Amino acid sequence: MANISATPHGTAHGIDDHEHHNTNNVFGFWIYLMTDCLLFGTLFATFAVMRTQFAGGPTGKELFDLDGVGLETALLLLSSITFGFGMISAYARKQGAMLAWLAITFVLGLGFLVLEVKEFAHLIHAGAGPDRSAFLSAFFTLVATHGLHVTCGLVWIAVIMVQSFSSQVFSTRYMDKLQCLSLFWHFLDIVWICVFTFVYLLSVI
Amino acid sequence: MLGKLTLSAIPLDVPILVGTFTGVVIAALAVLGAITYFGKWGYLWREWLTSVDHKRLGIMYIVLALVMLFRGFADAIMMRSQLALAYNGNPGYLPPHHYDQIFSAHGTIMIFFMAMAFMTGLLNVIVPLQIGARDVAFPFLNSLSFWMTTISAVLINVSLFIGEFAQCGWLVYPPLSEQQFSPGVGVDYYIWAVQLAGVGTLLTGVNFFVTIVKMRAPGMGWMKLPVFTWTAFVTVVLIMAVFPVLTVTLAELALDRYLGMHFFTNDGGGSVQLYLSLIWTWGHPEVYILVLPAFGVFSEITQTFSRKPLFGYRVMVYATLAIGVLSFIVWAHHFFTMGAGPNVNAFFGVATMIIAVPTGVKIFNWLFTMYKGRIQFNGIMYWVIGFMVTFSIGGMTGVMMAMPAADFVLHNSLFLIAHFHNVIIGGVYFGYVAGLNFWWPKVLGFKMNESWGKRAFWCWFVGFYLAFVPLYIAGFEGMTRRMNHYDNADWHVQMLIAAAGAAVIAVGVVCQLMQIYVSIRDRNLAENRDFTGDPWNARTLEWSMASPPPAYNFAVLPDVHGIDTFHTEKQMGRRSYEGKVLAPIHMPKNTAAGFFVGAFSFVLGFAAIWWIWWLAALALVGVFATVILRSFNNDVDYYVPVSEIERDQENYVRSLTAQAAE
Amino acid sequence: MNNRLMPKLRRLLPLAPALLLSGCTLDLLDPRGPVGIQNRNVILIELGVMLCIVIPVIAMTLYFAWKYRESNTSAEYLPNWDHSTKIEFFVWGVPAVVIVILGAIAIWTSYTLDPYRPLHSAEAAGRKPLNVEVVALDWKWLFIYPDQGIATVNQLAVPVNTPINFRITSDSVMTSFFIPRLGSQVYAMAGMQTQLHLLASAPGDYLGEAAHYTGRGFSDMKFRTLAMTDDDFNQWVDKVKGASDSLDSADYPQVAAPQEAAPVKYFAHVQPNLFDSIVAKYNNGTVIDKSTGQVMHMQSAMSDMQMKE
Repeated sequence: MANISATPHGTAHGIDDHEHHNTNNVFGFWIYLMTDCLLFGTLFATFAVMRTQFAGGPTGKELFDLDGVGLETALLLLSSITFGFGMISAYARKQGAMLAWLAITFVLGLGFLVLEVKEFAHLIHAGAGPDRSAFLSAFFTLVATHGLHVTCGLVWIAVIMVQSFSSQVFSTRYMDKLQCLSLFWHFLDIVWICVFTFVYLLSVI
Repeated sequence: MLGKLTLSAIPLDVPILVGTFTGVVIAALAVLGAITYFGKWGYLWREWLTSVDHKRLGIMYIVLALVMLFRGFADAIMMRSQLALAYNGNPGYLPPHHYDQIFSAHGTIMIFFMAMAFMTGLLNVIVPLQIGARDVAFPFLNSLSFWMTTISAVLINVSLFIGEFAQCGWLVYPPLSEQQFSPGVGVDYYIWAVQLAGVGTLLTGVNFFVTIVKMRAPGMGWMKLPVFTWTAFVTVVLIMAVFPVLTVTLAELALDRYLGMHFFTNDGGGSVQLYLSLIWTWGHPEVYILVLPAFGVFSEITQTFSRKPLFGYRVMVYATLAIGVLSFIVWAHHFFTMGAGPNVNAFFGVATMIIAVPTGVKIFNWLFTMYKGRIQFNGIMYWVIGFMVTFSIGGMTGVMMAMPAADFVLHNSLFLIAHFHNVIIGGVYFGYVAGLNFWWPKVLGFKMNESWGKRAFWCWFVGFYLAFVPLYIAGFEGMTRRMNHYDNADWHVQMLIAAAGAAVIAVGVVCQLMQIYVSIRDRNLAENRDFTGDPWNARTLEWSMASPPPAYNFAVLPDVHGIDTFHTEKQMGRRSYEGKVLAPIHMPKNTAAGFFVGAFSFVLGFAAIWWIWWLAALALVGVFATVILRSFNNDVDYYVPVSEIERDQENYVRSLTAQAAE
Repeated sequence: MNNRLMPKLRRLLPLAPALLLSGCTLDLLDPRGPVGIQNRNVILIELGVMLCIVIPVIAMTLYFAWKYRESNTSAEYLPNWDHSTKIEFFVWGVPAVVIVILGAIAIWTSYTLDPYRPLHSAEAAGRKPLNVEVVALDWKWLFIYPDQGIATVNQLAVPVNTPINFRITSDSVMTSFFIPRLGSQVYAMAGMQTQLHLLASAPGDYLGEAAHYTGRGFSDMKFRTLAMTDDDFNQWVDKVKGASDSLDSADYPQVAAPQEAAPVKYFAHVQPNLFDSIVAKYNNGTVIDKSTGQVMHMQSAMSDMQMKE
């Protein structure tokens, strides 16, 4: 934006036009992700306070199955890589390859969600639902919030795949959206690594 | 089918509410009828409700704030009259069930829907103009934020007539707000209204952050930013930092209530201390979110009417930043009496006191801005002087309570109530009203009426002291807050005086309404009309275009060379748009998407409050569908042709020269 | 904050009546115990220090506003003056000095007035403290005298010049235990035990209240604090012991049931460890003995007392 008045053509706002690449969208989304980061930070803080409040109920050590969680982690990390390949294809303007990579990412993300839901169902069935103790409340809320984010990410991937069939594919606006989604998806990965470390590993140790 | 909602949720047995409801319905029918009669629906929809223009959104925010002021103030009047009556066996006219809702609603509405909306409105109207931008970074999000705030305000008012509102105070402390002790829907109304409004506020924060970082006029370095924009910037940083915390806190409370979790319950390992820490991690910065823009307003006004640049601009900026940072490390002063121990109390006590240093510096800087100036006394300066006097006292009583050993007896007393009304009315409210008077001609093209403005000021100023000095004293007499009735003769004296004070403030509110009415009525009188776009001979960029500004604000983006560029230009007798080539301007199109997301969110909130799950699910789908459909729409912008810009610009220059010739 | 400051403060006191209207009692400025006196002294010192800066600021505001008004063309006008290092130094320095002074007082009194600190004042010298356990209920106060084995509702009797060691908890929502004329308040929270140390230095009948809002019955959640001589206190204890009711874990749920404007009630006998049981039922039947730091299990009491749901 800095040199707009030097050119005879000015933009008014975040929506780019043809001559200037406007980074407001991606920058703005990145800033939004920082606030999301604080949201997770607060949930982590809550979990830290509650992590020994078992109220006579089961502890993390008794409940968590690291194998299943490890598989979830693998799926999500892998989906970050496949998304990366999708981005590379998009930059190369290869629509087919991009769609294929995004589809793989979607499937991996869905797999992660299925495993998570299964884990939750298992815990609730075993009498360790979120209403059992403060520890479990904090655990379910933190992990499910991440899961909800992944769900939104999946919807977004689906939408952006559909949108690639319009004439706008690979326009600046489309690429901005793709970049935002990419940030979002990798961000969820980073959050999950923290969940894996601070929630699962530290509870089991 | 309708969840917990039954006909018995409508309080037909409470005459006050039935009366209010009838009044609201009649007023609403009158307004809707008038719109229909004058055939203004299309205009209203196209030009306002779907607008993404920051100036129009700003106006709508301020209208919302004034309506909510009215609602919140009605609550205040009821509380003061109840306490004047309910003495020595007289139960007054408001039983606890009703009274407790009123004080909870008063605080919630005044903070979230009056002060926050007013602040956001001022930011919307002024920040893009001050930094030389043509709109905010994300105009659609701006419209969405507005609608989220508005529907939340509606939702909270629906609680008057369907069901009940929270009876736990404005921060709904658990465990009282848990299902066990508050099984009604009141707390759910609170949670959903504040959560949905919080989404709007957070998006506003992101939006203005990007706007200020990325869209400043060429040459406007950080140390050339107008002071109001600086305070706005720190405010939006605080918003981004703490609103996620509020969201999580209230979500956890909601999970306790809806799913039986144990975050803040008495049993199951829940922790009320956690809630207090989290809510005040948001709550204390929130105070500065509200007051910093008011400080910015005072800075702009003082320098304009003192006919001098602001004294110590840099120091002012540093003080603002310092206040912003310090606001994060003081939250525990809200619960010194929880038994956290002397180490914690001493730390938070001293940290709180330290905030008084940059705040004191600001007061001094305004003083020395007036010093050796040529102060023009109009109604706007009255609010500034009134603020400096009142806020000094409010700051002092704040530091008094920052001392843990003093807080041990002042905590939860009416002294506390007096203190925060002292800073919120004397600081925040006076600031916003001064800002409204100051920028009104810029936004609407005519000045506000002076005499009604001065009357409003005197009523508010005198009424404030009459209403709140007795509360300070009642605090010393051991009277706690949120009491519904009492039998202490000493307290009764104070409550009678305070009620009289509230009545004086009520006259002030009426004067303000009269001021708005008279101003609009007399808008075409020559002395009120603003032809120059710069009625106060002010210093910053928002005065460098016609009033009201064209939709695109700046025909040519200004070149900025220093603080107060516009002032320097005027002195040099040349304007930065002179000699520049006009080009088509790229602008966003209006959109109804924000309105629809808001409407669906309203349904979502209402359905969730009453456990009507199918409706909540439908509404959620509606929200997502609207956002996704919007993202498929590529027809979101247009160009303003040069001919139109030229025409506007010629009109502006013509009225400028005509004015200069007089 | 010690007694040497008192004469000085006595001289400051006449300032306070300037605020007063028609001879009201300002409870906080007219305390009846050493804690309250120290609270008051802190408030007055603070007020005095800050008025030294607030009064001049207000005076300067009004004076500058008047002197540099537009119509006063004889006043100096410097249209471009916006900086002075000297003044900047002064505007940072003055508030900083005030805050250094007040901050020092804040730190010092956070320790000396810590509600958890037992009292060692002159009045208390050589007197054995009285233990009182306080339970906040909906919407009344239960006072247990563990050493005397008695309990009361909404009436607190204490002998004068005797340190009183309060242990405080709640069996309902959070509130705050406050006797304005004796000084500091402390929160009462379910599952927690907080402590407060107070002393009444003169006989009298003082208001006690729930300072933190508790819901519907909040306004009547008050009690009388009867400060009395030792003899009167002993007589009072005997009177309570002569009451017909007693309190054990079987009766307790009925006593704890929500009740507005609850009348004073005496219990001639109280089950030992009732207070600990009330704390323990929110902590899986355990309670921490604050004096030894040991965890005690209260399982048996748990089974008797129904959790309020």
